[in-house]
Amino acid sequence: MSALDYLQRLEAESIHIFREVIAECERPVLLYSVGKDSSVMLHLARKAFAPAKPPFPLLQIATGWDFREMLEFRDATARQFGLDLLVHTNEEGTRAGVTPWTHGAAYSDIMLTEALRQALDKHGFDAAFGGGRRDEEKSRAKERVFSFRSAQHRWDPKNQRPELWSLYNALKHRGESIRVFPLSNWTEQDVWQYIHAQQIPIVPLYFAKPRPVVRRDGRLIMVDDERLPLSAGDRIETLNVRFRTLGCYPLTGATPSDAADVPAVMREMLTFRTSEREGRGVDKDGAASLEKRKLEGYF
Amino acid sequence: MAVRGPVADAGPTAAQLSPLEAQRSPTAAQLSPTAAQRSPTAERGPTEAQRGLLRFITCGSVDDGKSSLIGRLLYESKMVFDDQFEALREDSRKAGTRGGEPDFALLVDGLAAEREQGITIDVAYRFFNTERRKFIVADTPGHEQYTRNMVTGASTADLAVILIDARKGVLTQTRRHSYLASLLGIRHVVLAVNKMDLVDYSEEVFRRIDGEYREFARHLSQGAITCIPVSAVAGDNITSRSANTPWYSGPALLQYLESVDVPDAVQGAAFRLPVQWVNRPNAEFRGFAGLIASGTVRPGDALRVLPGGRTSRVAKVFTGEGESTAAVAGQSVTLTLADEIDVSRGDVLAAADAPPAVANQFEATIIWMHDEPLLQGRAYLLKLATKTVTATVAPIKYRVNVHTMEHLAAKKLDLNDIGVCGLELNSAIAFEPYEINRTLGGFILIDRMSNNTVGAGLLHFALRRSQNVHWQALDVNKNARARLSHQKPCVLWFTGLSGAGKSTIANLVEKQLHAEGRHTYLLDGDNVRHGLNKDLGFTDEDRVENIRRVAEVARLMVDAGLIVMVSFISPFRSERRMARALLQEGEFIEIFVDTPLGWAEARDAKGLYKKARLGELKNFTGIDSPYETPENPELRLDTTLMSPEAAAARVLGFLRDAGVIDVGFDPGI
Repeated sequence: MSALDYLQRLEAESIHIFREVIAECERPVLLYSVGKDSSVMLHLARKAFAPAKPPFPLLQIATGWDFREMLEFRDATARQFGLDLLVHTNEEGTRAGVTPWTHGAAYSDIMLTEALRQALDKHGFDAAFGGGRRDEEKSRAKERVFSFRSAQHRWDPKNQRPELWSLYNALKHRGESIRVFPLSNWTEQDVWQYIHAQQIPIVPLYFAKPRPVVRRDGRLIMVDDERLPLSAGDRIETLNVRFRTLGCYPLTGATPSDAADVPAVMREMLTFRTSEREGRGVDKDGAASLEKRKLEGYF
Repeated sequence: MAVRGPVADAGPTAAQLSPLEAQRSPTAAQLSPTAAQRSPTAERGPTEAQRGLLRFITCGSVDDGKSSLIGRLLYESKMVFDDQFEALREDSRKAGTRGGEPDFALLVDGLAAEREQGITIDVAYRFFNTERRKFIVADTPGHEQYTRNMVTGASTADLAVILIDARKGVLTQTRRHSYLASLLGIRHVVLAVNKMDLVDYSEEVFRRIDGEYREFARHLSQGAITCIPVSAVAGDNITSRSANTPWYSGPALLQYLESVDVPDAVQGAAFRLPVQWVNRPNAEFRGFAGLIASGTVRPGDALRVLPGGRTSRVAKVFTGEGESTAAVAGQSVTLTLADEIDVSRGDVLAAADAPPAVANQFEATIIWMHDEPLLQGRAYLLKLATKTVTATVAPIKYRVNVHTMEHLAAKKLDLNDIGVCGLELNSAIAFEPYEINRTLGGFILIDRMSNNTVGAGLLHFALRRSQNVHWQALDVNKNARARLSHQKPCVLWFTGLSGAGKSTIANLVEKQLHAEGRHTYLLDGDNVRHGLNKDLGFTDEDRVENIRRVAEVARLMVDAGLIVMVSFISPFRSERRMARALLQEGEFIEIFVDTPLGWAEARDAKGLYKKARLGELKNFTGIDSPYETPENPELRLDTTLMSPEAAAARVLGFLRDAGVIDVGFDPGI
C-alpha cells in the first residue's frame, strides 16, 4: 500500500485513464449524463488536463423527459468551464411518440441506447467516457476499464481484452470503438466522499427539499412538468424528497429525506438498505437485464 | 423485487435486517454481532477517505467456495443491500446449490452464462470496506483455461487469498495458483482452508494441509504465508475467531486483511515517471504528464530523459491540487522542466543520478492469453508503461509446466502457457526488472492484425549481446558500404503462389543488375530449404521460423551493402510484416507476383499442385493452406498481363525511380 490515501489513489488512477485515452485515441467524447458521477468525471478530466481544457466535447443524450433542473445544470456547467456541449435526441423516437408510459422497456432502448449509438456514429467518436462503476451491478463487476465495442457497438463479454496492471490496449480497427470507465473502481460511497472533499457542484435534485410527487407502483414520481399523465385517483403531494440516482423524471423514484447537503446525504447513505439502482425503473426487467442491454450497446 | 420505502422504515433495526439473520446455520451465533455493532454513526462519513486500500485476489479450484467466501465478506461488511438480498433469495430458489437457502455465490456470479453453468468465467472486481480499510477484490476463476484471468487479477493485487477445500487438501490447482501469484510478485498469501464444517473442524486436518502447503511453497519466492481455517458458508473465522476452532489462535480472515502490513517498495525507490502525454495549452507551458512509477519528485531535482539520455531539472510539480512542493509514487502529476528539451510520450523521466537501464534485448517470462499460439520469430506490438514498440520472440528457452514447475522444450506457447523467452525490440527502452518495479517491468503483447491483447510478460534482465551490437555498428556502417558501391542496399521481397514466376523474374532482375555492376544476392526459397533451413518442415511454426531466418540473413546482407532478392512464397502477412520490421524504412520492397491459382496450377512446372491435389503434399499454399494477399505491396506484377521480361523491367524501373540504383553511375569507366 502506498502513502496515499484511498481517494488520492482513485483520483490518480482515473486521471491516468483520461490521459491514456487522449494519447491513444483520435476522437474521444465524454458522455455527460448530468448525474453526480458525471460531475465527478468532469472534475477529474479538468484535473487531468489542467492548465489546458479537457480536449473533448461533452455529449448528453436528451430523451425529452429529462428533469428540468438537470438541463439547467448541464448548460450552466458547460458555460462555466467553456466546454463544447453536444446534445442528441433520437428524433425518430420522438416523432413516433415513444414515451415512458407507452413503450415500457423499449422506451430506454430507443431513447437511450439507440440514441447513444446514433450520436456516436454521427460524430465518428472512437472513444467515449462513461461514468459506469463496477460496484453498481453484477455484470458491471466484470467490465473492463477500456471496454471494446464492435462497429455495431456490441459488447462481447466472452471476448474482452485482458487488462493487466494499468496497461490499456486502445488499438482498434476503423468503425470499432471503446467505452472507457474512469470510475470503474469507485463505489457510490467514494463518489460522495470525493464530492464532499473536493466541493464538486452537483444537481440540486440530490438534496432534499419539498417537491410535488405522485405515488406510482410503490414509487414516488416527481411531477416535473404538466406532461406526466395523471389519473383520477392520483393525488399530488408535496413531500420533502431527494433522488439517489437520476434518469428520466417519469422513471426515477424519489426518496423521502431531510438530507439537504452533502454531509447529510452521506450520513443518510449509511442507513440505506437498498442499492442505488433500485430507484431506477429501467433495470428491473429480470436479473440479466443490464447485461442484455450492455450487449446491445448501452453503457 | 420489493421496493423499500422511506428512510423511516429502512433503519437497520434487528427486526428489519435481512432475513438471513434468522436463517443462518447454528454457527452464526458464534460470529461477531457485526450487524448490530456496525450501526451507522454520524461521524463516520467524512473521515473515511483517510483509510488505506488493500487490493487482493481470491483463487481456488472449482467448488472450493471462492464465490461463497466473497459473498460472505460482502454480506458481513454490510455491502449487500436489501433489494440485492431479495434478488439473491429469488436466484437461490431458482439456481442455488444450498437447497433454497441464500447462496452467497450467486451474489457474485455476474454473467447469465455463469449463473446457468454455476461457474465463474471472468475476473470480477468487488468492493467492500470496514472501519479500518477499503478493499478491492479480484475474484478469479479456478478453471485451468482461465489462467489468463487469474494473472490479470494478480497483476494489481497486494495479496492473494488461496482457497483450499479441507476435504481435498493441496491440489494441482492450488500449486498453479500459488505459482502464478508468486510469479506476478505477490508476497503475501493467505491460505484459507475452507469447508472446515465438513471435516468436523478437525485440527489434525488443518495442520496436515498447513504443513503440506508450506512444504510446497518453499520452492516459490513467496513472502509471508498465513493459514486460516474457515467456513465461508457457516461463517467460521471470517470476521472473528470461531468457537468451533478453539485450537486455532491466529486472526480471523477479515481481521488479518484489515491489519496486514503490505509495504509499498516503490515509494522508497529512485524516481521514475513514464511520460504519458505532453500538455501544451500555449507557447509558455510545456508539461509532461504521467503517473509516478516510483520515488518522489520535487522542484529542482535533476532528471534524465530515457532512452535519449538528456538531462534537465524539474521547474514545477503539479498534482491534482495544483502546484505542489513534492509528489510521490502513485500520483498522477504534470512536471515542467527548466530546459527546453525534447520529451515525448513513451520516454521515462528518471532521477539523473540513478537512471534505469536501457536495452533492446531481454529475457522475459511470457504468459500467453490467446487461442492462436505465440510463435517464435513472429513480431508483436509490445506495450510497456506508455511506450509501444515492435517485439520479436526468439528464442523460446522453455515452457513451464505450471503443475510441477518443470521446464519443457517448446517452439510455441499455447493459450495459458507460460514460457521464458528471449525478446528483441525494434528500439531500445528504459526498463526495470519486474521484481523491482511492476510498471517498468510488466508488458502486454498485442497482435498487429487483430489488435487483440494476446499475451502478458515480465522483463527479467537485458541480454548483454544487445549492447555489443550497438558498439559494433559504429565505424564502417551500411551507409559507408553503400557509398562505395553506388547503390542503396535493400531487399526485394518477391511473394506469390508456387509457380507464379517469382524466381524467374528475380533471376532476370539480378542478371540485369549484375550486368550493371551492382552487388546483389538472390535467396531462393527452394535453395535455402536445402541448406540453412533443411531442419524445418511446413507446419505454421516452421514456416514462421523459415521466414525469420531468411529475413535475418537478408538483413545481414543489406547491412553488407547488397541488393538482396528474396524469392519466397511467404504466404502470411504477419511474417512479411516481421521481415519488413527488421529493416529500416524504405529498405523493404514487397513485390507481389500476382498469378491466379488456376494459372499457377495449370503451369505446375514442378508437379507440386498435382501432388497436393492428391493429398501427397500437406499444407500446400493455395490448396490446403491460405495465401494472404499483400495489402500494400510496393509493386504488384500481374503475370496475366506481362511476360517475365516485362515484369523484370518494371522492377528495374521502380528501383531507378526509388533511387536504389544510381542512374548516373557508369561502372565501365
